[in-house]
Amino acid sequence: MSITDKENELVESFAIYDDWMEKYEYIIELGKDLPIIDSANKTEENIIKGCQSTVWLYAEKKEDKIVFTADADAIIAKGIIAILVDVLSNETSDTIINARLDFIKEIGLQEHLSPTRSNGLVAMVKQMKMYALALKMK
Amino acid sequence: MPFDVNNIRQQFPILHTKIGKYPLIYFDNGATSQKPQVVIDCINDYYETENANIHRGVHHLSQVSTEKYEQARKTIQTYINAQHDYEVIFTQGTTDGINLVAHSFGKLLNAGDEILISQMEHHSNIVPWQMLAEERGLVLKYIPMNQAGELEMGQLDNLLTDKTKLVSITHISNALGTINPIEKIISAAHKVGAKVLIDGAQSLQHMQIDVQKLDCDFLVFSGHKVFGPTGVGVLYGKEALLNAMPPYQGGGDMIKKVTMEKTTYNGLPHKFEAGTPNIIGGIGLGKAIEWLAEQDLEAIKEHEDELLTYATAQLSEIEGMQFYGTSEAKGSTISFLIEGTHPYDVGTLLNQQGIAVRTGHHCTQPIMAFYKIPGTIRASFSFYNTKEEIDQFIIALKKAVSMLS
Repeated sequence: MSITDKENELVESFAIYDDWMEKYEYIIELGKDLPIIDSANKTEENIIKGCQSTVWLYAEKKEDKIVFTADADAIIAKGIIAILVDVLSNETSDTIINARLDFIKEIGLQEHLSPTRSNGLVAMVKQMKMYALALKMK
Repeated sequence: MPFDVNNIRQQFPILHTKIGKYPLIYFDNGATSQKPQVVIDCINDYYETENANIHRGVHHLSQVSTEKYEQARKTIQTYINAQHDYEVIFTQGTTDGINLVAHSFGKLLNAGDEILISQMEHHSNIVPWQMLAEERGLVLKYIPMNQAGELEMGQLDNLLTDKTKLVSITHISNALGTINPIEKIISAAHKVGAKVLIDGAQSLQHMQIDVQKLDCDFLVFSGHKVFGPTGVGVLYGKEALLNAMPPYQGGGDMIKKVTMEKTTYNGLPHKFEAGTPNIIGGIGLGKAIEWLAEQDLEAIKEHEDELLTYATAQLSEIEGMQFYGTSEAKGSTISFLIEGTHPYDVGTLLNQQGIAVRTGHHCTQPIMAFYKIPGTIRASFSFYNTKEEIDQFIIALKKAVSMLS
């Protein structure tokens, strides 16, 4: 599935709910499917800076694809990182670096999460792109 | 006028707004207060009809503005019962006031001198002193706190020595709500010859402070937490002390005479107010204080105490509830965690239901380290809040918890 297909699928899934509390329930559900980071990689340096909760993110290169694993101590943060991992994992470095991620805006995640400045959505995306860039060279 | 919460609420336009489909419930008063219509009108009117730079202007508007700005200083003087209006220095806020004292009073200190703070200070009453201590070779000590979030007053006498030059203490803890026994601290500090700075950022909006009766040497507070605009605050200092201190920033207004070789400084309060001040900030703050002075402060205290008691009782019913800050003497602030949930998740889901609370370390990381927690959820009430809002908050909180567990 292309990154656009994955994004569209998410937008459609979120469109089912018109109440944001329900959308949050869905985000919490999605967090349960997150490929969990190996406990050995739950290190200080794999913590994403700029989140109010603790979010660990790890990336490795499998053949030419980048594979992300993550975890978070807050359930909503875990759901958000799960959404990003779902879209960006198993893609090439170039695809990740160039991903526009318009679905964030379409779903309304930005609007609903960024006013608190604490969700780290932006920090998460930035960190994933940084990993993609760093692993591109390897 | 008798206290009527509906009448008070009518005066705050923002309290009638909606967040999504939910009416706003504003429980983040510890961070900033909302503004009554009279303050908003005062700011608008000023820009529409009176705006000019103050001091030294010969034209009409400049004189009107100067008069209003200086009248605001007098209003604040009266409210805190300072002996002179020039003991009221306009600052950018509490942080700025503390930094001013750290800079200027700090210049009078020598290596080995001691400053005493507490374990429950806001970062703005820790960091300036750490910076000063490093710069001048001072010793920075703190009064520890106990599990209830109260200062260990039994240790005070040992911590105060003849080298203690300043005790800088918060009146009410922003993170825990604890009301500190500042009268006792001031009298103990004075016995060893130390000066005392009271951080009133969390207290002026809940109670009246009489600086002469209290006998504090400095008092700092922020305009935006006492129903005034942001970017303005007050440093009160005793005249003799302010006179002994060198200026903070150099520039216009704070000078008497400038030649290319040397400058002589202006007297109080201008010595500490370099440059064009936040004119509308000062005037707006004056209006807010004037408005506050018209309220029935005893009734306000009673109402806020009632909100605190009611909310605490309601919250106690929730399974896994853990309070931080359980002192008998408490302002209307509740810090808590619910077992098995993360404060960020709870805060996010409350926000989604129109309820504004704060989550995190509240700029008091040492307090969080003391309790070994990353942060708390903090609900802080003002007198425009109601029991009905607390009921809605409890319903929303229960919904959040059920979604998260």
